[in-house]
This record gives sequence, structure tokens and C-alpha cells, in this order.
Amino acid sequence: MLEIKNVSKTFNEGTVNEKRVFEDLSLTLNDGDFVTVIGGNGAGKSTMLNLVAGAYTVDGGSILIDGEDVTNLPEHKRAKYMGRVFQDPRTGTASDMWVEENMSIADSRGHKRGLRWAITGRDRERYKEQLKLLSLGLENRLSTKMGLLSGGQRQAVTLLMATMKKPKLLLLDEHTAALDPKTAAKVLEITDQLIRENHLTALMVTHNMRDAIAHGNRLIMMHAGRIILDISGEEKKNLTVEALLEKFSQTSGSEFSSDRALLS
Amino acid sequence: MNIFLNWLGTLPGAASQGLIWGVMAIGLYITFKILDVADLTVDGSICTGAAVCVVLVTKGVNIWIAMLAAFVAGALAGLVTGFLHTLLGIPVILSGILTQLMLWSVNLLILGGSNIALTRLKYGDKVLFTSDSSPESAQIYITLGILLAISAVIIAVLYWFFGTELGISLRSTGSNLEMSRAQGINTNFTKVFGLALSNAIVAFSGALLAQQQASANINMGKGAIVIGLAAIIVGEAFCMKATTNFAVRLLFVAVGAIVYWFVYQTVIFLGLPSELLKMLSALVVAIFLGVPYLKKRLFSKKKGVKKHA
Repeated sequence: MLEIKNVSKTFNEGTVNEKRVFEDLSLTLNDGDFVTVIGGNGAGKSTMLNLVAGAYTVDGGSILIDGEDVTNLPEHKRAKYMGRVFQDPRTGTASDMWVEENMSIADSRGHKRGLRWAITGRDRERYKEQLKLLSLGLENRLSTKMGLLSGGQRQAVTLLMATMKKPKLLLLDEHTAALDPKTAAKVLEITDQLIRENHLTALMVTHNMRDAIAHGNRLIMMHAGRIILDISGEEKKNLTVEALLEKFSQTSGSEFSSDRALLS
Repeated sequence: MNIFLNWLGTLPGAASQGLIWGVMAIGLYITFKILDVADLTVDGSICTGAAVCVVLVTKGVNIWIAMLAAFVAGALAGLVTGFLHTLLGIPVILSGILTQLMLWSVNLLILGGSNIALTRLKYGDKVLFTSDSSPESAQIYITLGILLAISAVIIAVLYWFFGTELGISLRSTGSNLEMSRAQGINTNFTKVFGLALSNAIVAFSGALLAQQQASANINMGKGAIVIGLAAIIVGEAFCMKATTNFAVRLLFVAVGAIVYWFVYQTVIFLGLPSELLKMLSALVVAIFLGVPYLKKRLFSKKKGVKKHA
């Protein structure tokens, strides 16, 4: 499904701020994998997602989706393969446009945007049906400006927008980090539901070890631009936070460097 | 009483002026409000539209074709700004200034001088409307009718366009660039398209302005962006709470332009020296643009104040 092959990436090369994130990163996702990604600050989790999405370009190596090389495709052309949800709830939707307008933008993803009227009565009914599945009461707020919704509601709509075209790949970049615990749990529940119902392949970055363990069928841990743990199947099901921390210090030779992950 | 009647007599002229600048402001609205960029190309492209239209009419070309040519010329000017911005990575304000400067030369070349007059005797029956403003003439009302119809058509077409998939992708580009790319929108394309469309409409308003003034002049675009911004701001002040419907918003931009010219005429009528008018327009725009910022600062300092002023 997704193949990251020998990817390297350095920011600000040749300056005092040079930061080498990846030297040789490789990762393969199988069809239907729901992979949670965990790691300390600066491990390269978000950078990996942004490289896959095309927000950054790789220095070396290649990225393949379903066998097709997308390494040189610009971000907007890769969008037809993937849905994305960001950490900041404001990033995933257009604040000063209506809920239905936001959904229609996602609805056009992957085909040419022409002079067709964007939202017909039938589209509206379809959006309502989909919003109803979130059970947040948003089906009655199609013509509310997105900016008036709460962070959790916006993330839920962003998730819907990311999945409504059944993408080959779903990229979740700490999409619950900015939410309060109760809302975060609700959004994660919706995430699970949408991934299950649409049989999606997903990559979810999180700071929360418990979430990383509880969700998905495979867990990878990153440190300093390398994947130091890759656990799936029965072994993943039996994981605990303590075991994970121990494995981390064993393989990386250092303490886990994120307070946020330890406290939550 | 006589003075009042005299003042009243200036209003139809101000209304026609306002309608023409309303078209210009609607064009500017596309970049300033929808794409969320300040495009200074318009100071040049309004004159380009006027020049193209006038030159073609003096060469015997049908007025509708001349106006269409003005529209296309404006679109080309917008394309230049768009390419400077997206292909060369020049900030959009600077791109607009560069194009505006190029257009100064282009406009001089088109005009073949600094001014071309469309004398009423010679071309009066070849243009849509003329500048005949003698009180006994019904011409001004015909002019107003034509301008109203043109404004209505432009608003209707834009309302339709910004409801299409392409139009919505332009709006989302201005609202959230990152999200737009993530949803597969080629934001460079939408930016260039918006700049071209905006300048096409602005140049079209230049063609109208040239007919109303019965001339095209190299200086006619100077400060156009300020007048357009004033119209947008005044229009928004009027419809702020009324509605969010897009067509109504555009309508109020046109209303804003008419109000602007009413005020302008009145101020002149009351004897303000005309040298000060541009200063006045700029100050009004500066105040209106600054108020939201000041309001925010004021309210964030005082805690516990009710949220909506």
C-alpha cells in the first residue's frame, strides 16, 4: 500500500540551523494496516507524514502508494490518494466557509473542479446522512460557518472530509492533541469507526502511549529519525505502557523524552 | 432651496459614477476579500481597459467587442501578476506593483500618447452611453439604466461562478491554503485564475469609465485601489449583520461605491478643495481598516468586558 524507501531529509542544509531528520528511513504499510506512530519530540513523526503527503519534498529515496511512485508529485496531486487530519483543528477546514461548503470541497477531491454547481440538493442530503453518523447534531448545521464549531466538532468534520472519498491512505497527525480528554476520546472513537467502515489504511501519529496501544493493529516507535520498534498482531494486543517504555530505553539507550506521553 | 435642488441635481451623475466604480470594486473584492490578497495591479489595469476600449472604438470597432477586448486585456494583466507571484515567488503586493509599472508603459503605447478623447459629436452613437449631463437631457437616466443592468448581470454571473466547484476552490484558497492543498486544490492555479478574473472585471469597469468620461487618460487609474477598497468597506458596514448570502454581499459592494460617490459629490458641493479628496479617501480607508484591529486590542486588554461590542 504505502512504501517509504530509503528516504533522507535534511532541513536548512549547509546552515547553522541544519537539522538532519532522516538518513535512511524505510517503512512499508500493508493493505488495511492501521499503524500508530509514537516517539519523543523531534523523532521525525510529523516530518514523515508531511513527506508522505508531499508538504515537504524528500532529499533522497522514494515514496510509493499502491505501487505508484509519487515521490515527485506535488501535494495537491497526491491528495487524491490520501485524507489528512492535522493537529490544529483550524488547519483542516476553512473557517469562514459553511460546513456544507467545506464538505463539498472534500467531495471534489480527486476529480477536476469545473463549472458544475458545487452543492445540489442530493449532495446536501448525502452530507446530512454522513454528519448524522458523527452523532454530534451537526446534520442540522450545514450552513453554519466552520469557525463557529468547537475544536472537537471541527476535527470530527475534518475526519469525515478526509474519509468521504475512501482514500487509499489516511494520515492523522496528532489529531487529538489539541482537544480535552473527553473530546479526544470521542474523536478517536469516530476515527476507529470511520477506518473500520471504510476499510482504510491509516497512519496515526500520537503523543499518547495509551492511545497508541489501544488503537490500530500495528505500532511503530521512532527515535532520532529511525524506526526502533515495530510491533503488530498478538504482541501489540498484549502491550502495556510500562513494557513500551522499557523497550524504548533498551533499544534507544535513552529515556523517553516526552513528558506529555508519560503523563497521559 | 435652490442650493438643495442644485445638490440634488448632482446625484444622478454621482450614481452613475458609483455604479461604474461598483463594478471595479466587485472585481477588487475577488482578490481583496475572496483570495485575501491586496492586488495593486488594478491601478494599471483599469486604465488598460479604458485605453483598449477607446482605441478600438476610434478604429471603428463595435463597442461590445471593444469592451470584451478590455476585459481580456485586464485578464492578461492579472495573469502577469499571477505568474510573477506563483512562478517566481514574488510576494503578491510586489508582483502587483511590478505589473502596474509595466502597464504604465503598455497603456502609453496603446493610447499612443497620454490622452484620447471620444468626442460626443463623432462617437456619441458608437458608445453605450455618453457624458451628456445637461439637466434637460434624459441621457443620464439611460446611462443609469444601462449601468444597473450591467451590474446586475455581473453580480449574477459571479454568484453563479462562486457556487461552482471551481469557484468554491477559489474561496477555499483564500480561506485556508494548507487545507486547500490537502484537498487536492492546485492553489497556484486558483490564485492566478482569481487575479485574472479580478483584473478582467476591473479593466471592464475602465471601459465603462472611459465612455462616461468620453476619454481615456494615462492617469485615470491612480488611487483606484483606494476607491475600490472604500466601496468594499462601506458596503460591508451596511450589510454586516443583514446576511451572509454572496450575491447580497456583492450587491452591497456596489451600494458602497454609490454611497462613496454621493459623499464625494456632496463634499465637493460643500466647497472642499478637490486637491484634498484623495487624501480624504485614503484616510477614510485607513480608519476603517484600522478599526477592527484597534477594537480587538482594546477588548483583549479589558478583561470581563462583554464579548461583542
